[in-house]
Amino acid sequence: MALLEIENLVVEFQTASGPFRAVNGVSMKVHEGEVLAIVGESGSGKSVSMLAAMGLLPWTANVTADKLTFNGRDLLSMPPAERRQIIGKDIAMIFQEPVASLNPCFTVGFQIEEVLRVHLGLDKAARRKRAIELFEAVGIPDPAERLGSYPHQMSGGQCQRVMIAIAIACNPKLLIADEPTTALDVTIQKQILDLLMKLQADHGMGLIMITHNMGVVAETADRVVVQYKGRKMEEADVLTLFENPKSNYTRALLAALPDNATGDRLPTISELFVDDQMEGAAR
Amino acid sequence: MSVILEARNIVRDYHVPGSLLKKAKTVHAVKGVSFSVEQGKTLAIVGESGCGKSTLGRILTLIDPATSGDLLIEGKKIDIAKGDMTAEMRRKVQIVFQNPYGSLNPRQKIGDILTEPLVINTNTPADERRDRAMTLLKKVGLEEKHYNRYPHMFSGGQRQRIAIARALMLNPKLLVLDEPVSALDLSVQAQVLNLLADLQDEFKLTYVFISHDLSVVRYIADDVMVMYFGEAVEYGSRDEVFADPKHSYTKTLFAATPRADVESIRARLARKKAA
Repeated sequence: MALLEIENLVVEFQTASGPFRAVNGVSMKVHEGEVLAIVGESGSGKSVSMLAAMGLLPWTANVTADKLTFNGRDLLSMPPAERRQIIGKDIAMIFQEPVASLNPCFTVGFQIEEVLRVHLGLDKAARRKRAIELFEAVGIPDPAERLGSYPHQMSGGQCQRVMIAIAIACNPKLLIADEPTTALDVTIQKQILDLLMKLQADHGMGLIMITHNMGVVAETADRVVVQYKGRKMEEADVLTLFENPKSNYTRALLAALPDNATGDRLPTISELFVDDQMEGAAR
Repeated sequence: MSVILEARNIVRDYHVPGSLLKKAKTVHAVKGVSFSVEQGKTLAIVGESGCGKSTLGRILTLIDPATSGDLLIEGKKIDIAKGDMTAEMRRKVQIVFQNPYGSLNPRQKIGDILTEPLVINTNTPADERRDRAMTLLKKVGLEEKHYNRYPHMFSGGQRQRIAIARALMLNPKLLVLDEPVSALDLSVQAQVLNLLADLQDEFKLTYVFISHDLSVVRYIADDVMVMYFGEAVEYGSRDEVFADPKHSYTKTLFAATPRADVESIRARLARKKAA
């Protein structure tokens, strides 16, 4: 059975000029122990579809789906209190801007212990012990000392490690990483990706990587979903996608990589890909 | 080929003043960097955040003075700490910043943003300023109707085009590009890189391209300089550096860059299966 199953997800935002459809009929499945990458440009609805699964969208969003289940339980029809028990515990999320997504007013130790208190109900000593364990697991040196630090006292890479520690605090079954390395340097990016892959393999988690970096996809994913303007253009396993992309959009995306430049000019997506509503309509 | 820019042993220290509980200290941001760039060529400066590459960019753009060392533009020594800069000297170097959302004034119209450098540095009459702005708008792939719009009406790629047009208003010899495409999407990134290549051909521009993205650097640069903690650890032609990196940091950097080719995916999947 699939861990997360999404069928025909539609997200609409109410705006002053009428409803805007950010996600238009996306379907996907994530299995246990699998790494799924969702690729797309900004505005392709890749983050919004995952936020919809997490139930983190503001009230202006209208989420509908034929099926949105986690571990066989319907997320849309369950009461909010029940859903909150799943979110943050069994499904956890890492956000793009590590420094901005931590609360600057509290120590990182407080923020990680908060998760342990709310979801696992551990007592003070047990929380502290677990927090130190988690910091060790994500490779923060001198963990006991660092629990008392505020986010601004840590670097971007360290803050991202704290975010990861918070996300894996309750041993989630599914981890959603929304552009986890976009704000980081390449050498730090490598460390964070290695860490995520190690944690994923150790715990057998399902992992969803949202990214626009084809290199990150190539280094991490088992399966890839390509999104464009809220629609799913292609779904394939990673080797097939790079070797033999089916959709014209994926081909254009790969050709625009500076790595693949052959002549003096880079081919651009607008030259290679004509937005045709029919092409790649949800299969 | 004439050398447009030459830097000899540039050093930049920042003094952090002490307080009651803290001792004053000196941060060595750039520790003696030398290089030269010929006309029409591109030098890429690569390194991670905090290695001093943007500080160096500010020195080259004549925003900050160097603590010591010589900066020569078209063979002429320039020292802004002395304060004898003429408007003509200032015109020779322009910069494009990383974040096009932050570098354009939201309260100015595009036309005013573009003509401001001319107002400050030259005595060009208003109608000529307008003509020049219109010409450059078209050069960077925008239209005349955009002249009276505000920055918030444009996308990230379009804003970066406006920032490039502004930098070109004074007909500079040298353009410092501080991570010009790292805030942009892949497709838009390709368009902006193409635009930069076209402009370089047309105006014989010299670029100093600051970046941490090696795939972009490999595409655009003629020479590459790798910086690490304020020092240039590697400097040579693109092919030399990419084919045979000497310094261990450069090797780490190459190893850390994700590879998007089929062979490396195959290798990774094989490793995963074996584990």
